[in-house]
Amino acid sequence: MVNQLGNYSLYIALLISIFIIIKTSLSFRNSSNVLSGNIFSLISVQSLMVIISFLTLIYAFVTSDFSNETVYNNSHTAKPLFYKISGTWGNHEGSLLLWLLVLTIFLFLFVIDSKNLPQRYRTFTLFFQEIIIFGFLLFILFTSNPFANIFPIPSEGTGLNPILQDPALAIHPPILYLGYVGTSIIFSSALGAIISDSINKSWASHIKRWVLISWVFLSIGILLGSIWAYYELGWGGFWFWDPVENVSLMPWLCLTALLHTVFTLEKRGTFQSWAIILSITTFSLSMSGTFLVRSGILNSIHTFANDPSRGVFILCFLFVLIFISIFIYFFYQKTITVESTKTFLVSKETAVLINNLFMMFFLSVVLIGTVYPIFLEVINDEKISIGPPFYHKLIIPFLIPFLFFMAIGPNIKWIKDKMGKINLKDIFIFMISIVISYIFVNKFGVSYLLSLPLFIFSLFLFFVTIRDFFGKNINISQKISHFGFSLLILSILLNGVLAKEHSSNMRVGDEIKFLDKIIQFQNIEVIKKQNYQTLIGKFNIVDENNSLSLKPEIRIYDQPQTITSEADISSTIFADNFLVFNIIKNDGFYNVRYQIKPFMIWIWISVLLISLGGILSLKKKNV
Amino acid sequence: MYGKKVKLRAVFILSIFVSLILVSFLIIKSLEENVVYFKSPTEIKVLPEVTKKKIRVGGMVKKNSININQSGVNFVITDFKNELIVNYKGAIPNLFEEEKGVVAEGFLQDRNYFKAVKILAKHDENYMPPEVAESLKEN
Repeated sequence: MVNQLGNYSLYIALLISIFIIIKTSLSFRNSSNVLSGNIFSLISVQSLMVIISFLTLIYAFVTSDFSNETVYNNSHTAKPLFYKISGTWGNHEGSLLLWLLVLTIFLFLFVIDSKNLPQRYRTFTLFFQEIIIFGFLLFILFTSNPFANIFPIPSEGTGLNPILQDPALAIHPPILYLGYVGTSIIFSSALGAIISDSINKSWASHIKRWVLISWVFLSIGILLGSIWAYYELGWGGFWFWDPVENVSLMPWLCLTALLHTVFTLEKRGTFQSWAIILSITTFSLSMSGTFLVRSGILNSIHTFANDPSRGVFILCFLFVLIFISIFIYFFYQKTITVESTKTFLVSKETAVLINNLFMMFFLSVVLIGTVYPIFLEVINDEKISIGPPFYHKLIIPFLIPFLFFMAIGPNIKWIKDKMGKINLKDIFIFMISIVISYIFVNKFGVSYLLSLPLFIFSLFLFFVTIRDFFGKNINISQKISHFGFSLLILSILLNGVLAKEHSSNMRVGDEIKFLDKIIQFQNIEVIKKQNYQTLIGKFNIVDENNSLSLKPEIRIYDQPQTITSEADISSTIFADNFLVFNIIKNDGFYNVRYQIKPFMIWIWISVLLISLGGILSLKKKNV
Repeated sequence: MYGKKVKLRAVFILSIFVSLILVSFLIIKSLEENVVYFKSPTEIKVLPEVTKKKIRVGGMVKKNSININQSGVNFVITDFKNELIVNYKGAIPNLFEEEKGVVAEGFLQDRNYFKAVKILAKHDENYMPPEVAESLKEN
């Protein structure tokens, strides 16, 4: 039975894991070279076993083998092949197997990649990574085995939640997981480096690559989730400060801070302890993210029905890992050797420190907003939720100085720089930003929280990052990422301020006036597709000069019976026209929502630019 | 008296300390203002006073209670003990149906009438918001 093959492969991987943990733990006592070719082949076998079990699960999904419980619960014969495959990780068991797969493959790559580094460091990193792998294997095998059988074998599965049957969401989990799980290598390596006393510039330039890889995948993963939410959830927003979104943002903030710290460590040999703390924190956040999403204790629009008891295991495991890492951090911390401490107040080191402080502030805001409701419920049974105003109020005032420091920071030199370097050009750019923002804010009558200074500083950063492309600094990846970030903030601002929306209930043939436009609901067409029926509404948005035709869909899936809406979006470089409609009750009324979202496409492009900077930085060896 | 280094370090630690206090103060203050409480229709009935703050209400959408017109919908949220009339203008998620769980966010007008500004969507047809499940269980 193919199904059993996957199951047994996991057991073999578990045995290998135990063996490696025992073998490597011996090197705590004696410092002899234990990382023999033997262990390397064991790791290869382990990765192979996990790959086999993952392929087995995909095979079970593709062939609709309903003797497998996971397949039965999440698949259906009538589903298109693409979603049969993506259904593999669209559920709890499969997604954990994907976690494990990435864990083992990353370890394998790490062992190859770190050949020139000290053996002791590699051994300890291996030790910690295997502990994580071991924990996840236990979790998978004993609480959420993807290869559980059902008997008698059902003839048909219950289907994949139709809202997940979408191309962006099919590749969103693997990409996000590559980012999440990449942080595990950073975690293990940080602990390994403390014990083997090798936190130095060469460690930094080695771990930098892993930080960059995780960071790039995490950024793109968040982007995909955001794009999906934009067109599938029908609210026309790209970020809701929803707990499930927040748990992916938190590791990102932490990883961004770590990225800057590691660059500094590589150049200057400072911030060792801080880099370690950030490494541990990032992975803890990724783990707790998985825990919070999987346990179902988060009250979120994204929450899926699931089994809360599973969360307890991840939580315990997380505590064990955090405890071990804190113990190691304090126990071995004294061995951290300081290479150079001579740093002056006006220097790039300070700029990185400022960046980190802001990142930590944003992180704590998001963290508190996400977990406070859980605590309150546990403590006095009060049920609350925290909405966007909380985040806006706390983040926006701090974003303004952050943007300013981001504009000047990258141009400050390492070690020591002069205070009076601010030249006329900067002041000129700043003046222009003030004038443009002032005119803009007055013209559109914007009256949001601190909108004028926010505009001034984001424009300032925008202009400065553009100017920097012509500067002497040769770090092109940094320029692209920073430019991308300034573009992101600016497009979010413009998008938020200039967006217009109208929602109403319409029948076929109705017309509604909105601003200078008329929304016409012309007709509905019904089409039968492979595993759903679709109602295509034809709408016309007519204004003085032209008319735009939009065709949103309502899909009625048969297995499981669910209705989803597909927004129709017409994107230009200036604005998105977004239209979505829903069935309310079968009496002829449809809930129609029309939105004009300016500069939407630039939000996506800017995140791609930010990630592109990271990719370019990976390519070059020593800059 | 003290060396320059010690002074600098003291200033550094002090400034971190001050900023920590400032940050916690800001966060706590902002929390107080922006927390949205969840109530069931029964809890609303016994509220000492009708607050002007935004709240969330959850329960089941009563059978045959959805009433649609061009500008919005009216429906009744029930926890099988007490009911609340809801008026809503805006986007309606697909999983909004009679005899299904619902969470609406908005403002209480009085103990029987609620003006919603948002109805929360769910991903999963089997999913019941935890608060709704619990408040239904309590009754």
